[in-house]
Amino acid sequence: MNTASKTPARNTKVMNRFDLTSRLVARLKNEEAVVGGIGNTNFDLWAAGHRPQNFYMLGSMGLAFPIALGVALAQPKRRVFALEGDGSLLMQLGSLSTIATLAPKNLTMVVMDNGIYQITGAQPTPAAAASDLVAIAVASGLPNSAWAADEDDFERLIDQSLASEGPTLIGVRIDDKPGTGATRRDPVQIRERFMLGLGVRQPL
Amino acid sequence: MALAEDESSLKTAAEKSWHGIVLQTLKRNEVSLVPYVPDRVLTPLIKNLHADPFFTTFPAAREEEAVGIVSGAWMGGVRGAALMQTSGFATLANVLASLAIPYQIPVIMFVSERGTLGEFNYGQALVCRTMRPVLDSLAMEHHTATRLDEFEFIVDRSIKQAVATQAPVALILSPLLTGGKVFDK
Repeated sequence: MNTASKTPARNTKVMNRFDLTSRLVARLKNEEAVVGGIGNTNFDLWAAGHRPQNFYMLGSMGLAFPIALGVALAQPKRRVFALEGDGSLLMQLGSLSTIATLAPKNLTMVVMDNGIYQITGAQPTPAAAASDLVAIAVASGLPNSAWAADEDDFERLIDQSLASEGPTLIGVRIDDKPGTGATRRDPVQIRERFMLGLGVRQPL
Repeated sequence: MALAEDESSLKTAAEKSWHGIVLQTLKRNEVSLVPYVPDRVLTPLIKNLHADPFFTTFPAAREEEAVGIVSGAWMGGVRGAALMQTSGFATLANVLASLAIPYQIPVIMFVSERGTLGEFNYGQALVCRTMRPVLDSLAMEHHTATRLDEFEFIVDRSIKQAVATQAPVALILSPLLTGGKVFDK
């Protein structure tokens, strides 16, 4: 697999969050769970077409990967995807170490990296000019971490993660566009429908 | 059989301790996923959870992360509890108010209480004072366990209530129950 040093962020194409999320969702055929991080990340997941196996975060910034880890541990036979923003991930870099140690093979993490807090006014993150999030993931013990060079490479990395022996992290550089839709802010329904989608609950 | 007798007397001794009660009550209520941020007082519980194959137990880097993991596991059909210290609880207001409570997720928290009854670190004493006001401001169920004879009742009923009402609960382990941590150099 690619490493950060072979495909540095500056050589990757700047893509679009909604387009990449739509490409991911289009490839899901086996009721895979998808956890969407706070803000634009889950807005675009919502806009890509609601699925019962989608979970949308309306707060708790930084917890998309930990929540997805919990789902992955609870349902080891189900593939779990987590979509997280770069600013969000910076809040929970320690979770990369936890995930590396537990090493669930059914977890694929995607970091949507635009270098800014787009939703609050596009201020740059503290990492934007200095840090390589994929290199941080590798150093945290996640060797299956790579920047996607372009859309085709993103789809290839997604497919590759399905057969991986350990967790996968895919970094994607994205533009500064806001989210395409807006998730319906109904946390109880979101949670209940997710649990129905995962087969944990039966409808009333 | 001698071996069986030894095992059963060991088991009885462990069950009578506060940490034995936690372990057995978690097991009886099928709470199997236990991430933690460690605390000196919690050490025997953490050690015994690791030794028991029923449990998936591991350290998390932050208490907030542990709450996220337990929340995800609950939605995936596995019950979990997070272990932490008072100062760790103080980092949780946001995740409780924006994840556990509004999404109705029964996160079970055991909080080893520092900052009172012989605390030697002023910072711990101060942060301890934020805990119950935060819990009360969120109208969260919480109990402070001080006595071994009522501890199993509190833990067992609290877990069952959390699950039945889909609401998080904090069980505060007082130094009166655990002995707490005392200054030793």
